[in-house]
Amino acid sequence: MVNDEQIRISPRAAKDIQENSETLEGMTPPEAPSSAQADKEREDEKEAEKQQYNEYVKQVTPTKNLWWQMCKAFLVGGLFCVIGQFILNTAQSLGLDKETAGSWTSLLLILLSVILTGFSLYQCIAAWGGAGALVPITGFANSVASPAIEYKTEGQVFGIGVKIFTIAGPVILYGVFTSWLLGFFYWLGIVLGIV
Amino acid sequence: MKKSAFEVGRSSARLPMPAYISGSGCIAGSKESEGPLARQIDHLSTDDKFGMDSWEAAESFLQKEAVRILLEKSGTDKREIRYLFAGDLLGQSIASSFGLLDYEIPLFGLYGACSTCGESLSLGAMTIATGLASKVVCVTSSHFASAEKEFRFPLEYGAQRPKSSTWTVTGSGAFLVTAERSVNVLAAITEVTTGRIIDMGIKDNSNMGCAMAPAAADTIRQHLEDFGRDPQEYDWIITGDLGQVGSKALIDLLAGKGIDISANHMDCGTTIFDIEKQQVGSGGSGCGCAAVTLAAHILPRIKSGEWKRVLFLPTGALLSKTSFNEGLAVPGIAHAIVLEHV
Repeated sequence: MVNDEQIRISPRAAKDIQENSETLEGMTPPEAPSSAQADKEREDEKEAEKQQYNEYVKQVTPTKNLWWQMCKAFLVGGLFCVIGQFILNTAQSLGLDKETAGSWTSLLLILLSVILTGFSLYQCIAAWGGAGALVPITGFANSVASPAIEYKTEGQVFGIGVKIFTIAGPVILYGVFTSWLLGFFYWLGIVLGIV
Repeated sequence: MKKSAFEVGRSSARLPMPAYISGSGCIAGSKESEGPLARQIDHLSTDDKFGMDSWEAAESFLQKEAVRILLEKSGTDKREIRYLFAGDLLGQSIASSFGLLDYEIPLFGLYGACSTCGESLSLGAMTIATGLASKVVCVTSSHFASAEKEFRFPLEYGAQRPKSSTWTVTGSGAFLVTAERSVNVLAAITEVTTGRIIDMGIKDNSNMGCAMAPAAADTIRQHLEDFGRDPQEYDWIITGDLGQVGSKALIDLLAGKGIDISANHMDCGTTIFDIEKQQVGSGGSGCGCAAVTLAAHILPRIKSGEWKRVLFLPTGALLSKTSFNEGLAVPGIAHAIVLEHV
């Protein structure tokens, strides 16, 4: 409850009080002269406290059941593979050669993922299936389509153009770099007559 | 060194006059309308874009609408408002800038991450109590989608949310703070304890509750020490958005210092959502979380006298995408105000 005294004090009266009051109540004792060593000790103490808290946090933070997560990822990842296999077999049975059928499989899986992303469904599958939805080509398509949708409002150039690879970018960059590196060693192997 | 009569302890102030919260207005989105506070929220929408083209425009609309509802409910003209104290979670606080543009009220734009609700009410109350204004409005907002975009991944990206993560509340709350005690007064702000930046080295940006809990613990401890009180002297000690995980950390941290708040601690993040049913991880978060819960849940109970004295401290995590990517920890801050029944 608000006490009466508090209500009655106006800012002007406040000034008077300020001049007259002793205000011992809130005073903190003057700090002891600090030496470099005391400072260091305080620092160490703080560091220890931080470490202790971080360990505590690790203990209390709930984690998901790894085995159940892996099981779900297996099911979802497996499902995408089954769909892929179905497309591949169908394409081959329609008379396409293995390579062309494979391309069609990738393209259709990407299309499926992008459509699901557009309807906000892919994130539901990924939320349940985790890596099972992220590792296949469908996950890659999702990671390209989702920033495109998100940043559409910022324009074709600075929005979609600049941001479309924010998530997939590192995969593309280091993927290309790694294949270049492997190619170089392969070439080196040929030159040296090892391969 | 002589102190002012109103400075208390290290970080607190006893306001020379109480600042009255004379009105509130709140608005929230679809997820909140399925939550336990739905019936007390002034305006709910199933469209999280609120008819706008972008998430940022939607959040601006939230602030604009919260202030409009507030002015309408309290029968106040916008020209009577001396200052606006506003903030949000977006870069450069654009939700406030664009949302409040049309009101043409002098504005103080604030940023304290999710603690901004407490920061704006602290500053608003201080301005009122020192006689520098007679009516001010404090408004804060957050939006799930714009916050995800600002701090995490695009919305449609298939990322898994860890159990300790929190769900940003789509909503905004506006409060009319006045020097005059009107008939419809909801509560009085009588004391303010301003938080310090506390860094305990937590680097996990999906565990904001534990990153902010030390800041909340520090502010509560400092407040009790400054005023020489026990936690039992409050009906509730209400934190902003620690969630389930952070609340546990807070209670344990304070217990370690010999302060027991387990009986009267409440968190807005676990109040605004049904944690079990709504799949929000550890609870709700954001500037809107504390603001909407204050308007919809806390103030009506203080007004009715069910609760006499409440310590309300929204909590904020002071990080940006850049600081996180550069490997810095997530420091926290918590600003407390004392709300009393009048």
